[in-house]
Amino acid sequence: MPELDPTPGQTIGPFFAYALPYDRDYELVRPTTTGAVRLHGTVYDGAGSPVPDALLEIRQADGAGAVPTVEGSIRRDGTAFTGWGRCQTDSAGRYSFTTIAPGGDSAPFVAVVVFARGLLHRLFTRAYLPEASASSSPFLASLEPRIRERLIAVRDDDGGLLFDIHLQGELETPFLTFPGEA
Amino acid sequence: MSTSPASPANAPASQRTISAEIEQLRAAWTDGDAQPLIDYPPYRSSVLRHPTKALHPADPEGAELVAPVFGHSDVDPLEADLTIQDRGEPIGERMLVTGRVLDGEGRPVRHQLVEIWQANAAGRYVHQRDQHHAPLDPHFTGTGRCLTDADGVYRFVTIKPGPYPWRNHHNAWRPAHIHFSLFGTDFTQRLITQMYFPGDPLFDLDPIYQSITDPAARDRLLATYDHDLSEHEWQLGYRWDIVLTGGHSTPMEHPEEHDA
Ligand SMILES: [Fe+2]
Repeated sequence: MPELDPTPGQTIGPFFAYALPYDRDYELVRPTTTGAVRLHGTVYDGAGSPVPDALLEIRQADGAGAVPTVEGSIRRDGTAFTGWGRCQTDSAGRYSFTTIAPGGDSAPFVAVVVFARGLLHRLFTRAYLPEASASSSPFLASLEPRIRERLIAVRDDDGGLLFDIHLQGELETPFLTFPGEA
Repeated sequence: MSTSPASPANAPASQRTISAEIEQLRAAWTDGDAQPLIDYPPYRSSVLRHPTKALHPADPEGAELVAPVFGHSDVDPLEADLTIQDRGEPIGERMLVTGRVLDGEGRPVRHQLVEIWQANAAGRYVHQRDQHHAPLDPHFTGTGRCLTDADGVYRFVTIKPGPYPWRNHHNAWRPAHIHFSLFGTDFTQRLITQMYFPGDPLFDLDPIYQSITDPAARDRLLATYDHDLSEHEWQLGYRWDIVLTGGHSTPMEHPEEHDA
């Protein structure tokens, strides 16, 4: 049992855009890096309207499946792969990270956390690579097919990874809860 | 602003209406809700922006088990002092805000990034979309960063933010607060929240604060005034500790380094 009660979350509010984003926050690798890929999409609300004031962060392994623990995400030197990035949505609700596909033997995914004005507590989800399937991950296997497919990024025409996020509604993104959360 | 199903089209609700909704939801509180209700209609913008399906239980895997690492190459120690970011000093009550970042077992979160942003003493953000008719302070941006030390301690010097109006309903005012962004040792501990000041008369009226329906949990967002942190003829001191959820039982050891 935890000894201490957790500090509750609160919405990121409307005014984070001059505080949290920074230069090349979305660029985990340079676009010219071998294997560089765009992980992108649009954040939608329950009415299907884009959410122009959301902030996404991603955390992922490198191409070999190792999770980096090196510093340098805020002042990127263009060489270190830190495995973490941040991106605010634009006026059309779109976000785009430049990264590499995570490696690993089972079903690699990019961990995603979502914040937005109007969203009172952060939401976690996963963007699995298009090759992921129920047979490659016990977690994916535990989900109904129509839920599972919403966690798997789609390969777009440019070879990028398309992963839209629906905060609510018919197409609602499956969001995750982890043990030990209040 | 989006309209709410609870009010006629385009007519902003009164504080009385919002307060009645808050009261109703407070009565529905059951023990154990330590986090805000993400479905909280008194906060009008939440209506279309929360999932309605149950969250899917998952065991954290891979990258979720490891928070990003930040270091002295990322954060300049001067970024922790919001009163020296320009040639002149900002107007307002100078204060020290400090505390510890801990996990649920009470272990310090060491050498980890803390980011803050806030309104100035007049209740105005630098943000372009802030339309409040209050003055900007040319010497105050209201943003800061620091790394916790080996005991999980963060420290910011800033000025006390003012309350500010917003458009959730008619005559809506936010209690004074500082936005905090926090990381743990695991990515799944990621938290963004707001710190408030004790005794604010706006607490009962504010749907964002009241979205946490557990009164004890709400109290955990209050800093405490600590006279031992105040400095003679210089600044007032507030203390606020932050406890992150979860954290796995064998925390990753980062290389120890001596803080400058
Ligand atoms: Fe605020």
